Amino acid sequence: MTANILELHGISRSYSTRQGLFARKMPVHAVDEVSLSLQQGQTLALVGESGSGKSTTGRIALGLERPNGGHVLFRGSELPPVDTPAWRRMRTQMQMIYQDPLAALDRRLSILDQVREPLDVHDIASASERNIKALAMLDAVGLNASHASSLPHQLSGGQRQRAVLARALIMQPALLVCDEPVSALDVSIQAQVVNLLMDLQKDLRLSLLFISHDLKVVRQVSQRMAVMYLGRIVEYGETNLLLSNPTHPYTRALVSAVPVAGRRTRERIILKGEPPNPADRPTGCAFHPRCPVVRPECMSVSPTFSTLPDGRSVACHAVDAAQPTKEVGI
Amino acid sequence: MMEKVTETAAGERENTKHRRIPISVSVSALWIAFIVVVALLAYQIAPYQYTALDLPNRLASPFHPQHLLGTDELGRDILSRLIVSVRISVLVALGATLISACFGTTMGFAAAHFRGRVEQFILMLADFQAAMPFLVLSLSVLAFFGNALPLFIGLMGLYGWERYARIARGLAISASAQGYAGAVRQLGASPRRIYLRHILPNIASTLIVSMTLTFPEIILMESSLSFLGLGVQPPMTSLGNMLGYGREYMTRAPWIMFAPATLIVTTTLSISLLGDWLRDRLDKGLQ
Repeated sequence: MTANILELHGISRSYSTRQGLFARKMPVHAVDEVSLSLQQGQTLALVGESGSGKSTTGRIALGLERPNGGHVLFRGSELPPVDTPAWRRMRTQMQMIYQDPLAALDRRLSILDQVREPLDVHDIASASERNIKALAMLDAVGLNASHASSLPHQLSGGQRQRAVLARALIMQPALLVCDEPVSALDVSIQAQVVNLLMDLQKDLRLSLLFISHDLKVVRQVSQRMAVMYLGRIVEYGETNLLLSNPTHPYTRALVSAVPVAGRRTRERIILKGEPPNPADRPTGCAFHPRCPVVRPECMSVSPTFSTLPDGRSVACHAVDAAQPTKEVGI
Repeated sequence: MMEKVTETAAGERENTKHRRIPISVSVSALWIAFIVVVALLAYQIAPYQYTALDLPNRLASPFHPQHLLGTDELGRDILSRLIVSVRISVLVALGATLISACFGTTMGFAAAHFRGRVEQFILMLADFQAAMPFLVLSLSVLAFFGNALPLFIGLMGLYGWERYARIARGLAISASAQGYAGAVRQLGASPRRIYLRHILPNIASTLIVSMTLTFPEIILMESSLSFLGLGVQPPMTSLGNMLGYGREYMTRAPWIMFAPATLIVTTTLSISLLGDWLRDRLDKGLQ
C-alpha cells in the first residue's frame, strides 16, 4: 500500500453570519469534522449537492483556507499558514482546477504567458526554457502554438479548461484539486477533458481530489469517493461499491437520480424538501427531515461512523436494519 | 452555449473595429491634442510675454491689428495670457488627476489586500472625503498654508481619490474571490505581482475612464478656486484666474472673460465626450 499524500483529520470550518440587521452572529458550519485520506496516484471524489461543503473542503485541503479545527497533513507534515513564503513554495506541489476556466484566466494575457507564469513566479529554469516548457505542456494537453498566442476569450470552453490544466501541471505538482472541472462544459467536451485528466494522471502520477456532483464522471475517474451532506461525510468508501450498492439513504437517492439510457427499471428515490439551512442544522442526523427510512432515534442522536465488512464507512442509524437488497447501480 | 456567447462577442468586436469613430469624438480628440500642443509650447508660440503691458492699447477689442483677442485693463495681450493659462491649468489638472488616481488606487488595493481594520479605516477616510465639500476643504487649507503651485497641485490631487479607491477595492476583491487573481495567488504569486501584473491592467480601462471624469472636474475646481482668488496667484495666470479678474470688466470688455470661459467649456466637454466613447470601446473590447 502506498503512502497517503494527503490526510484530513477531523477538519471543521465555520463562518459567522448575521441573519438580520440586529441579529446575533451565528456560526455556520460549512465543514464539520471531515476526515479523508488520499493515496499517491489515486483519485478521491468528493460528492454532494450545492452547499454541502465540498468546495470548502477542497480549499482547506489545498491550504487556501485555514480550518477552525482539525489538521491537514500533506506528505505527513502540516501545511504552512496562508500567504507566507513557505506556503507560496508549497504551491509548486499542489494545484487547483476551477469550475469556470474563463474566470480563472487573466483576460488580458496570452495563454502562453499564463501557462508560463508559474515558472516565472517560482523562478524555475531560464527565460527561454520557460517558453519551451510552456509550449510542451500546452502540447501535452492538446493545444498548439496558435492557441498559445491567443487570448482566453478566443478559445472555446474546453480549450480554456485545457489551458488551466496546463498552467496547473507545468510545475509538476503531486496533488491536484479539481473543483467541478467539467460541470461548466458541454457533455462532449466533458468527456475529452476527463479523459485528458486521467491520461495525465497516469503519466505524471498525480493524486487527484475530484470535487463533483456528476456521479457518472466520478465513477469514471475515482477509486474512492466520499459523499458529503451539510458539511459532514455520510458515506466514504470505494467508488464502485458505493455506486453499485449504496447504503446511506442519501447516497441511494443520489445514485438513483442519475439518468440512465433506455427503459427505467429501477425506482427513483425523490427526496422531499430542500437541503436544510446550514445555520439551522437539524438535531440528530442532519438528513432526517428528508430521509425515507427515518427512525425515532435519528431525530435526537447524531449517527457515528460504522465500518462495513467491505471497508466503507457509513454514518447512519438505519444501516444495520435496512440491508441493501437489490442492486440499484448505474 | 459558451462558444456561442464568445462568438457573438467576437462578432461585435469586429463590428466596432470597422465602425467609424463618431465625428464628435474625433473633433474632441483633435481639440485635446491641440490643447496639449499649446500647453507644451506655450512660451514659444505666445506672441507676447503674458505680463507685457501695452498701455496705449488698453481694453482693445478682439481683432485688433496687434492683439488678435484684444487686451485687458492693463493692455496685456489676451491671446498670450490664454496660452500660458492653458499651460498652467493643464499642468494642475494633469498633475492632480495623476496624483489622485495613484493615491486612490493604492488605497483601494490596500483595502482589498489587508481587509479588516485597514479596510474599514480607508473606507472611513473615503466616506469622509465624499461627505466633505471639497471647496470648503481647499479654502481652509489654502487659507492656512498660503499658496504655492506644488501645494495647490497636491491639494487638487486629493480631489476624487475616493472614487478610484472604491473602484479599485471592489474590482480587486471580486477578482480575488473567484476570479483570475485568486487563481494566480493560488499559483504562489506574490501580492505585488498579483496587483501590478494582473489586477491593475484588468481594471485600467475603468480607471482611465474615471480619470477622464475627474480631469474636467479638476479644471473646473481650479477655475472656481482661482476665480475666488485662492487658486493660482497673479502675476501667474490660469484659466480660472483670468475669468476671475475679467469679471470686473464684464460689461465693458466681455472678451477678457469670454476667451478663457470658452476654452474651459470646450476642453472639459471634449474630455468628457472622449471618456464616454473610451468607456464604450474599452468595455466592449474585453467582454
